[in-house]
Amino acid sequence: MQAESSRAWGLAHHFDNFEQQREASYLGMWVFLVTEIMFFGGLFTAYVVYRSANARAFALGSKELDITLGAFNTAVLIGSSLTMALAVWAAQQGKRKQIALFLVLTILLGGVFLGVKVVEYRAKIDHHLLPGPDFHFPVTEVDEILGVQEGNVEMFFNLYFAMTGLHALHMIIGIGVLLVMVVLALRGSFSRKNHNLVECMGLYWHFVDIVWIFLFPLLYLLGRNI
Amino acid sequence: MTEHITSVRTYLLVFIALMILTAVTVLVAFQDFGAWNDVVALTIAVIKASLVVLFFMHIYHSTRLSKLVVVSGLVWLVILIGLTLSDYLSRGLVGLASS
Repeated sequence: MQAESSRAWGLAHHFDNFEQQREASYLGMWVFLVTEIMFFGGLFTAYVVYRSANARAFALGSKELDITLGAFNTAVLIGSSLTMALAVWAAQQGKRKQIALFLVLTILLGGVFLGVKVVEYRAKIDHHLLPGPDFHFPVTEVDEILGVQEGNVEMFFNLYFAMTGLHALHMIIGIGVLLVMVVLALRGSFSRKNHNLVECMGLYWHFVDIVWIFLFPLLYLLGRNI
Repeated sequence: MTEHITSVRTYLLVFIALMILTAVTVLVAFQDFGAWNDVVALTIAVIKASLVVLFFMHIYHSTRLSKLVVVSGLVWLVILIGLTLSDYLSRGLVGLASS
């Protein structure tokens, strides 16, 4: 196997060179993210349909959410996207310590986001806003005349927990993969030519950021002015 | 196509733009534009998402094939939401949320 051993380390046998390997993994990751768009797309469609059916109930539910915490988390997640982008930048220069540093910062910011989410979930559960037998939302007479029933507001919180929960699950998985990558970076597994894992992880993390960029206005902001 | 390395300066500018747009979207949420509320909020979200896709996710400097994959994903999303709504709206089961 003389030919095999003369190949550069990290280059899979079915690629001609690192350039081709990088293009293929970048494209493959995007194809996966397109399936993720459709995964979240189903929930977004459900949101559009149920909000169209009773926009006022959704506005009432939205007002129960903490806009300050939501905005803070949006800023935190955008910050983590910046550190993730800088980790990819460091990988492109082959600076392994900087890769690890930026990945750790990304993990920390992701942890802050999830921590705030726990605080928010706790408050919703304490206020009986978790859908189920304990759910209670006082609907005023005026709102009742306008067609709002408790169940309509409950549907908003069904979607709130489903959408933010699926988003949080993606972040937990992402943080798990990031932890592995910090170890790989410190071991020197990434080089200027071969850092596809970091780049693909970056795409995933930015995708999760984009989902939140839509979730924030849809869940926290729309209906504030009613 | 050799790998394009986006500068730190570009990343920082995109980051600042995203932060400003976040502040703007929170501020305009308390204004009433009537039927245009949803449009305003979603337009800002689309601009933010586009910045992330183009620069953080390197689509701006990628091949045509990669750009095509991204656009195809959006086309399927439009089909998903568009066809679902065409059914619900045309049967009068739901109305437009903003009205």
